[in-house]
Amino acid sequence: MSLVFVETDESGEVALTSAEALTFARTNADVLAGSVLEAAVIGTLTESAHNQLAVLGVDRIHHLESADLEAYSATAWAQALVDIAPETGTVLASGTPRGMELMAHVAVRTGERMAANVVAADEEGLLRQVLGGAAFERLQLGGDLQVLTLAGHACKPEETTPTTPEILTHSPESAAEDLRTRVVRTEVETDADNDTSGLTQARAVVGAGRGVGSENGFGEVLELVDHLGGALGVSRVVTGLGWRPHSEQVGQTGSRITPDVYIACGISGAIQHMAGIEGAKTLIAINTDEESTMVQRADYAIIGDLHEVVGAVNEEIRSRRG
Amino acid sequence: MDILVCIKRIPDIAGQITLDGSGTDIDDAGLGHTTSAHEECAVELAIQTAAATGGKVTVLTLGPAEAVEQLRAAVGVGANDGILIEAEDSGAFGTEDIAQVIGDVIRDRTEGGQNFDLVLLGNDAADTGDFQVPIRLAYDLGYPVLTSISTFSPAGGPVIEARGIGPSGTEIFSLELPAVVAVQEGGVDPRYPSITGRMKAKKARIAEYVAPEPGAGNPRIGLELPPDTANEVTILGEGPDAAGALVDVLEEIGVIRS
Repeated sequence: MSLVFVETDESGEVALTSAEALTFARTNADVLAGSVLEAAVIGTLTESAHNQLAVLGVDRIHHLESADLEAYSATAWAQALVDIAPETGTVLASGTPRGMELMAHVAVRTGERMAANVVAADEEGLLRQVLGGAAFERLQLGGDLQVLTLAGHACKPEETTPTTPEILTHSPESAAEDLRTRVVRTEVETDADNDTSGLTQARAVVGAGRGVGSENGFGEVLELVDHLGGALGVSRVVTGLGWRPHSEQVGQTGSRITPDVYIACGISGAIQHMAGIEGAKTLIAINTDEESTMVQRADYAIIGDLHEVVGAVNEEIRSRRG
Repeated sequence: MDILVCIKRIPDIAGQITLDGSGTDIDDAGLGHTTSAHEECAVELAIQTAAATGGKVTVLTLGPAEAVEQLRAAVGVGANDGILIEAEDSGAFGTEDIAQVIGDVIRDRTEGGQNFDLVLLGNDAADTGDFQVPIRLAYDLGYPVLTSISTFSPAGGPVIEARGIGPSGTEIFSLELPAVVAVQEGGVDPRYPSITGRMKAKKARIAEYVAPEPGAGNPRIGLELPPDTANEVTILGEGPDAAGALVDVLEEIGVIRS
């Protein structure tokens, strides 16, 4: 049996990353010992989420809702998952911060090992991302229960013949000790400096690296962002120099993005940055160095100074608009 | 507040990587070494908090003798002293082993009269990315643990208020000490070493332990590099003259606002 921790967004829809994890569990059912697919939803279970879980092939939904689980506490939520986890098979979540944290607690509490950022499973074991995606580790967890998280974009969500999932409702009470680390309050961002949602949801992201030259060198790049109705993403060098806030950082320790197009301006393509853009559908590089990793990995490239090229691109868009 | 920060020596990877002869690790000959961005922020948070509360910062690492370099770098920016747990082949240690070895050293220091109110780690190591050592260490010590924390501040008594970015905004936690906190980059800017810091780093007091043989071991069977997919990049041109070709591509993808 496979149990997947499902995250929902604010409107109650199943998160894309959780749909990926459910698809991974269903399509690898044989090697994960997960012929029955279960989903765990903590909090509100909307009709829409219920329908989404049906087309993703879920056999059984555990709906956990109680006063103790209302505010997030990793230990309370993890224990609630442990209480419904199978004895053999797999427990998994997508590799989001919540997913990582919960699975690590589940692993400790079930006495099992855990594999983070798994990308594939076969008879030889699991394959997972290491070094920010620059290499893969093959490993075997052993144990009766495999605990793992799925790397973002390792698997595309696929619908299947809709099931009629049985719903099991649970109202767990948590031990006082497990409520020590619950969220006291949440501050919804009014400060754009901390909001990464524009970046992770944008269809077009314009990336800027050291090549912009200074804190005041973002003019052309920001105009292009505006023409595309997109978002600005920057390399770690740029945030490290204090030119832009960390919320705009793309890469291993920033946001991982999945736009239709990523235009990398003056970014050489360090591994840590590439880790954040592997989900981009089309990659365009504007760089003076034809041999740079970014140009070599791009679908399209222009060799030249980013200020000159992006300035000309903006002008071309303006003139075509008429 | 006395704070222990656990850091890890990792290869500083910029370009192409290759595997070593065993096929279970990368070939780090010729590569420089560093610590992860999360850990640099953990060290910075520790220094700020210790300064504000009149405490001390100790940095700890499990690794080869050369890892003393990373401890000295942390002393250079303001940590007070270091602990090296020497393990020639730290890659043989699984997350359970690492947590237990660090836990044993913390207990040994406690017996010796050195109590840590707070144990900080990076959210995950930049090389292995296991996402487990902070949580396993917390269970080993019997402490509460938070992960993905970007800043925290003393909140009176043995309590800190910790903040981290959650799915719908900044989440605030009230954490009773002693505790383990895994730090996520983004809340503070790590400082650079000063001249006096560099001098201090050379004379840093480093306590040394020898790690026992790993128990659970590392579940790793081998490492694989991504297939070298021959990517065909289409060069649209050089300089501003190529702008038209790029706008054509953007129009085809359909991302230009009308």
